Amino acid sequence: MFGYILRRLVSTIPVMFIVALIVFLMLRLTPSDPAAIIAGDNADAQQVEMIRQQLGLDKPIFVQLFVWLKSILSGDLGESFFFKKTVTSLIADRIEPTLALAAFTLVIAVSVAVPLGVFAAMRRGSLLDRLVMGFSVMGFSVPAFVIGYALIYIFAIKLQWLPVQGYSRIANGIEPWVRSLVLPSLTLAVIYIALIARMTRTSLLEVLGEDYIRTAYSRGLTPLQVLTRHALPNAAVPIVTVIGLGVALLIGGVVVTESVFAIPGIGRLTVDAVLARDYPTIQAIILLFSFVYVMINLIIDVSYTLLDPRIRY
Amino acid sequence: MRFRKFALATALGAVVAAAPLATAPASAETVLKAVMHSDVKIIDPIWTTAYISRNVGYMIYDTLFALDAKNDVKPQMVDKVDISADKLTYTMTLRDGLLWHDGQPVTSEDCVQSLKRWSAKDSLGQKIFTGFISEISAPDAKTIVIKLKEPTGLLLFALGKPSSNVPFMMPKRIAETDPGKQISEFIGSGPFVLKRDEWKPGDKIVFTKFDKYKPRSEPASAFAGGKVVKVDRVEWLAIADAQQAVNALSAGEIDYMEQPPHDLLPLIKADANLKTFVSSATGQFTMRPNSLVPPLNNPKIKQALWYALNQEDFLKATVGNAEYYKVCKSYFPCGTPFSTTAGMDGLLTGNAKKAQELLKEAGYDGTPIVLMASTDLPILTNLGPVAKQLMERAGFKVDMQSMDWQTLVARRNKKDPANAGGWNAFNTAWVSADILNPVLTAYMNAACDKALFGWPCDEKLEKLRNDFMKAPDLEAQKKIATEAQVEAIAYTTHIPLGEYSVPVAMRKNIDGVIDAAAPVFWNITKK
Amino acid sequence: MSDRAQTQTFGALAKLRLPPAAREPAIVIPAIILGILALIAILAPWLGTIDPALLDPTQRNKLPGFVGQITLPDGAKAPYTFHMGTDNLGRDIYSRVVYGARVSLIIGALVAIVATAFGLAIGMVAGYVRWSDGLIMRIMDGLMAIPPILLAIALVSLSRAGLVAVIVAIAIPEIPRVVRLVRSIVLSIREEPYVEAAVTAGTPTPILLFRHVLPNCIAPLIVQATFVAASAILVESILSFLGVGIPPEVPSWGNIMSAGRQYFRIFPHNMLYPGICIAVTVLCVNILGDALRDRLDPKLRKRV
Repeated sequence: MFGYILRRLVSTIPVMFIVALIVFLMLRLTPSDPAAIIAGDNADAQQVEMIRQQLGLDKPIFVQLFVWLKSILSGDLGESFFFKKTVTSLIADRIEPTLALAAFTLVIAVSVAVPLGVFAAMRRGSLLDRLVMGFSVMGFSVPAFVIGYALIYIFAIKLQWLPVQGYSRIANGIEPWVRSLVLPSLTLAVIYIALIARMTRTSLLEVLGEDYIRTAYSRGLTPLQVLTRHALPNAAVPIVTVIGLGVALLIGGVVVTESVFAIPGIGRLTVDAVLARDYPTIQAIILLFSFVYVMINLIIDVSYTLLDPRIRY
Repeated sequence: MRFRKFALATALGAVVAAAPLATAPASAETVLKAVMHSDVKIIDPIWTTAYISRNVGYMIYDTLFALDAKNDVKPQMVDKVDISADKLTYTMTLRDGLLWHDGQPVTSEDCVQSLKRWSAKDSLGQKIFTGFISEISAPDAKTIVIKLKEPTGLLLFALGKPSSNVPFMMPKRIAETDPGKQISEFIGSGPFVLKRDEWKPGDKIVFTKFDKYKPRSEPASAFAGGKVVKVDRVEWLAIADAQQAVNALSAGEIDYMEQPPHDLLPLIKADANLKTFVSSATGQFTMRPNSLVPPLNNPKIKQALWYALNQEDFLKATVGNAEYYKVCKSYFPCGTPFSTTAGMDGLLTGNAKKAQELLKEAGYDGTPIVLMASTDLPILTNLGPVAKQLMERAGFKVDMQSMDWQTLVARRNKKDPANAGGWNAFNTAWVSADILNPVLTAYMNAACDKALFGWPCDEKLEKLRNDFMKAPDLEAQKKIATEAQVEAIAYTTHIPLGEYSVPVAMRKNIDGVIDAAAPVFWNITKK
Repeated sequence: MSDRAQTQTFGALAKLRLPPAAREPAIVIPAIILGILALIAILAPWLGTIDPALLDPTQRNKLPGFVGQITLPDGAKAPYTFHMGTDNLGRDIYSRVVYGARVSLIIGALVAIVATAFGLAIGMVAGYVRWSDGLIMRIMDGLMAIPPILLAIALVSLSRAGLVAVIVAIAIPEIPRVVRLVRSIVLSIREEPYVEAAVTAGTPTPILLFRHVLPNCIAPLIVQATFVAASAILVESILSFLGVGIPPEVPSWGNIMSAGRQYFRIFPHNMLYPGICIAVTVLCVNILGDALRDRLDPKLRKRV
């Protein structure tokens, strides 16, 4: 087990290296000029050239790559071209809202979707089942920002129950913090609920058809006992997998949701950085998100062994 | 025992920690929350010309001179100025009690160094410093002496220049920063102090009242007069989505919104808790042709633009509500001293026939005009499609290329032919304070390679602009400004496309907004 | 060609054509709706539309049903009813939505085709050419680790915005998933006796891939492609929303929505009509994809 985790950890190194390479080449090979943007609206060619030199963008591409990789390995993500801050501190400023948003979404999604999926599977073919399935397809078919605007219109403008926008840091009190997160995480949760409810239903249906479930029933267990003791644990692996895969979805959704709700998280930092051609920040964010994605997949794989005694590494 | 002590300490800590939370509302600190036209990414207002950085400048820095509501130059940090009879020596004395935010007194040496750094970046500053000033010195801690080679009516105007780059004063050690590099310490002597630790680009920037600021005794008038701060704290929040900002304003989550899009004004008008304020300073839309590369290097073809375009269409498409726009066939803002319609007869009338004739005469071969259109700034977004349609009606072939503003800014510096990564024309907007006269108007700079992107090259216009600097009085300046306009139209340095104003929206409990060419936050009250 | 491969593939394809498929509402209904949308896209100029780029500053932000006039190319005016209102440049939303069907459906279709074509080619190489497998799969792992939306945002906004850039940017993040699918199929088939027999008989690799591997990939790829198409249409709208999509004057549903979103409280029609189109299209493609998967992929079919 320990050896397996170690092996998986080591195998993430080449993946991260490839990510770094892809990101770096993508930024350098596309026609954009951060120096001109930083120089501002009325700068002349000479000022632009001077800034290009300051940023080291005049050097050959492989020299730049080498310099960047070397600094990453020493734990230094560099300084933002635009914000005059280190990328590490920029990300540190922005991590709390994004983590809070992601965690809220995850909690809402799992606590809504798993029961929905279970009910749908238990009452297969019923109205509820059809509603859940219908919702789960619908959830995939509407852009997240539309859901966000609709929620704002109803709950913030018409009913005035919740704030329109913004994020209240947890240090400013729990209540405003929760209130500021409700609408954004609901927005983000819709697609996620659709995904998890669907997978829960599917994998539970598969398990419910197995022989040992029939055996369990014949032993006189109630449906609830069958569900909690036999069916759910055996259906857990695909459910957990889809929750993990959904993290990629979540990261994409965070960008949109943070833009709609003006939440100062990493998602908005991404858009800002891309529009400003802030290479060090873009590189660092993509590396960070990719790392998170890789790690979550690793954790999921490891969790299989805990959830499913048949899987051993 | 040890445990109990620890528990006690924790409990005490909790009480102490809870105390400020409990008393915070009682202290009644007034906080003004505003949404500005853009997020603050760069503070150094000398290094960049971005309007948002200039606005930050007016919060934390002060100026030697300033324009009042009538565009007259008034002393601000300066107490009095003596001008010698030959108009060659200016002796300025600083006011008493001026302090930097770190508590140090403001000295004339600080100011001299600040002016030097500004003049290295600002085009008007450059002209004054290299063309006119022979010596600038600080004989004592309160006196600045400027000696000129020949007289210019623009020295004090330049020191009170209202828009980018504004000659803001900074401590000497900061002003010694290479003008090509950004400053990293933000200490001014202005009415607000920057809360450096709370500045989070993309989130918010926070200013607090500078308690030791000594305002002038005169009432505030535009950038001049007493800058009396009447709130404790100003927060500029970054809300990129305008509709969301209006929603936040309605919900009372913010107090002030700098530039609500015109199409959203009905929402604000319908809300009993909100009101608007319309500044007398306007903006001007403009088209900048590239005079360097074909086909717009041909003056005749450029001339056809003057007939193809008309201001109403641009104004209706971008502003819509006639309350907030004005047709103004003048390079210099209507209502300011140098405004004139000289040379504009028959132009900007949307006369497609006349434009077609001119194109034929000029032998226009149908080479597409590469029109760069920016798509991310709401006020500029609609200019491109209107220009394209009007030009096509006049017989131009137009290749409109949409891009975000940052890309446009990068690309407009390219001198390549339009089909090889260059460009032929783009639209933009600037505020009246930037185009008050022919020297200030950056696009009138016709110094060929040394001119801004677009690179107009016209000796006569350059001579007129130099003459303007030497003009002894307003009458002489007016005459030269008119000649410069006629010459610039004949050459087509750029084309004015009408004036607009953008109101400020705010909650009903906000009062005292100053009418100035840039948003300033002194004198504002929140009840 | 072996019997098994043949039956499997042709069996799967045949199911599409035979009556049982035609009787299944989950396939028929979305297929008909998508067909109608495609027809609308093709017939756009003949559906009472005007030039979707024609603007009129005097008729901005008009509500649906507004009776106004349009300026013809020769300068003459003609009466016109704006059934879906106008946008903030005075363009006809009905015409933009109808022409938008072209752009949005093309994006969906082309992204699906590009992603599956490249995925197929790379996947076959990875699965069959052993020495390349490690390298290709590491690159695919790297690409897959980057969240697709971030990759697309960066790719579009850093290159010159245009239809091609958007299609490429949406397609690239989808490729690794296709590659994995194809590779796994290739690996399982490679060990089959009939393939080994063909190898021994000296069949050249390209022919081998074409004859034995390709047919086995078709069914799962069709399923995969529908999901890619659905997500492409959504991602396009998200890119437009974030301001990094195709140029705003090109009428795509995402663009019309993103231009209208600033004013949705006053002029909801700007967002409503294209929004309905996106939702209906994506819904149909998703339902179709689900139904096809159940039908074409026996392993998954057993599950549900």
